[in-house]
Amino acid sequence: MRRILKAVLTAIWFMALTLPVMGIKLNTLDQTVQWRFDRILWLGAGVFALAVIWDWCFSRKARGLPLLRLPKGWGAGLRNLSGRPHLKTGGLAILTLFMLVMPLTSSFYQTNIMISALLYVMLALGLNIVVGLAGQLVLGYVAFYAVGAYAYGLLYQFLGWGFWACLPVGGILAVLFGLALGFPVLRLRGDYLAIVTLGFGEIVRLALQNWTSLTGGPRGISDIPRPGFFGLEMDINASTTYVYYLVLAAVVITIIMISRLKNSRVGLALQALREDEIACEAMGIDITRVKLSAFALGSCWAGFAGVIFAAKTTYINPSSFTFMESAMILSMVVLGGMGSIAGVVIAAMILILAPEYLRAFSEYRMLIFGAIMVIMMIFRPQGLISGERRRYRISALHGAHNGGRA
Amino acid sequence: MRPVLEVSGLSQDFGGLRALSDLDLRVDANEIVALIGPNGAGKTTFFNCVTGIYTPTEGQMFLYDADDGKHLLNGKKPHVITAMGMARTFQNIRLFSDMTVLENVMVGRHCRTRAGIWGALSRDGHTRREEQESIDISYALLESLHLQNLWNEKARNLSYGAQRRLEIARALATEPRMLLLDEPAAGMNPQETHELEILVRGIRDARNLSILLIEHDMSMVMSLSDRIYVMEYGSCIAMGKPEEVRANPRVIKAYLGESDA
Repeated sequence: MRRILKAVLTAIWFMALTLPVMGIKLNTLDQTVQWRFDRILWLGAGVFALAVIWDWCFSRKARGLPLLRLPKGWGAGLRNLSGRPHLKTGGLAILTLFMLVMPLTSSFYQTNIMISALLYVMLALGLNIVVGLAGQLVLGYVAFYAVGAYAYGLLYQFLGWGFWACLPVGGILAVLFGLALGFPVLRLRGDYLAIVTLGFGEIVRLALQNWTSLTGGPRGISDIPRPGFFGLEMDINASTTYVYYLVLAAVVITIIMISRLKNSRVGLALQALREDEIACEAMGIDITRVKLSAFALGSCWAGFAGVIFAAKTTYINPSSFTFMESAMILSMVVLGGMGSIAGVVIAAMILILAPEYLRAFSEYRMLIFGAIMVIMMIFRPQGLISGERRRYRISALHGAHNGGRA
Repeated sequence: MRPVLEVSGLSQDFGGLRALSDLDLRVDANEIVALIGPNGAGKTTFFNCVTGIYTPTEGQMFLYDADDGKHLLNGKKPHVITAMGMARTFQNIRLFSDMTVLENVMVGRHCRTRAGIWGALSRDGHTRREEQESIDISYALLESLHLQNLWNEKARNLSYGAQRRLEIARALATEPRMLLLDEPAAGMNPQETHELEILVRGIRDARNLSILLIEHDMSMVMSLSDRIYVMEYGSCIAMGKPEEVRANPRVIKAYLGESDA
């Protein structure tokens, strides 16, 4: 009852607030005032419904209940399903098939969207090493992406280097920039680190923007060649399909590499660094080295992604590397769940693909986006997927018990 | 007796404040030594100096290796000192709380394992063997501290006593010769304290290491330690066997205050 009353009050408050904007229309030709009460009523009803739902969600959250109550038996059923290995392989096989066939059956436009989504997956996974695993809040990640892209653009423009020669160079250059950033910020953490890295991102972008003699300034670099395939001549469609497969392969390699890294000795050290720096040091971990490795590994993927981006769009300029991009990539990591690989992949896909397919609601895109972010952070701050843990096999237990679920 | 840790003339200033002044301390092989004193006497500061978190203003600290080689600790970084054979726990528990119990101990194995980034990416035979070995050693350590049933729990979900034991397990994973325990019994009930005492003695006997502990629980200190150092205002006011220290008038004064007579 009280909930209803509260919602009614909210609705009335909202109606009063929006009355001047929504409810009154001045007709300047006839010099008359039109009252549009129907709109206000609709708005009130909408706000009322939302307020009831919102309040209900919060009360469930306060009582520690899940937002959606599955019918009896479903929860256990779902857990059972996710435990079945053949179902998982089956799902993966369908996904693989879809990803492989996708460019052949879809339009040029769809393929291009998917390429950029996959590029963001790569970037988000790279940032996930730094932010999700090592817990170093970096806000200027796009700088390394820019380094990769400009490495290819400039090496092509001045030396005529091809895509395949530039791919490793872009990665290495990004690593060098990562280390260059890493050394001075070794002692910083948290907010301070975030501010310095934010500044670093801006420095790189402004340098690209203003160093006209080298980078072409705001005009950027154009006519960058698409990646070659043993000198084969390709039209733009074939070439896009080719880039698609290239990015897909890169993403698969990235996922394998990062999941291996996450579960390794180095990965454990990174996570220990995130949890407690002093204890980490006292347990015999060289935190200088671990931090620099995190920066180097993270920026490396951004470098690769940058080279591919330059090759895909054939044109780069500094406006592709604004802070907005860094924020976007960081959102993917946070939304997906810090340190979770599957979560970050899903989040990157959602954040890139959803706006593309929601173009019909283009005016409300950012509004929906913001609302989703706020709701996620309130009701599921740990991200879409959290706590995915490796299952260890203990020799002493093996055979006797079912390892991993003790 | 052969020494393991030898500290002479150690002083630590924080600006104008002298937190430690001219402290001498020595721990022999296989010995359990307690460091006691009122709050603020400088006990934890001493631990932080010895483990490399602080750089002492004056004095020298040496750690002896298994072949009696003498190594200076001054100016070495914490992770180097840990690799030399010194491990510690923390007064305010500092576990890696979002990692599992087993992973916490595996982090302790870091300085005794070698696999790098290339090993992690290629997962060659050597890396996989080393990793399995590290998992099994860590699990065995958990067994010896009665934590094996909790191995796959997140560290944050453990009870207080279990968290304290996990800190010890993690420290032992670094294969120390010298183990520093900072108030291991803090917040434990008498029953748990008694169990901890048996555990600590068992660790010393089984692993052939020396233990230096800070503790406020006097019954535990008196029955567990071979020798006791008493600190007050940053300097050592008494040293000796438990019964000697108990009878020392300066110690009584430091703890109970001066009598009016």
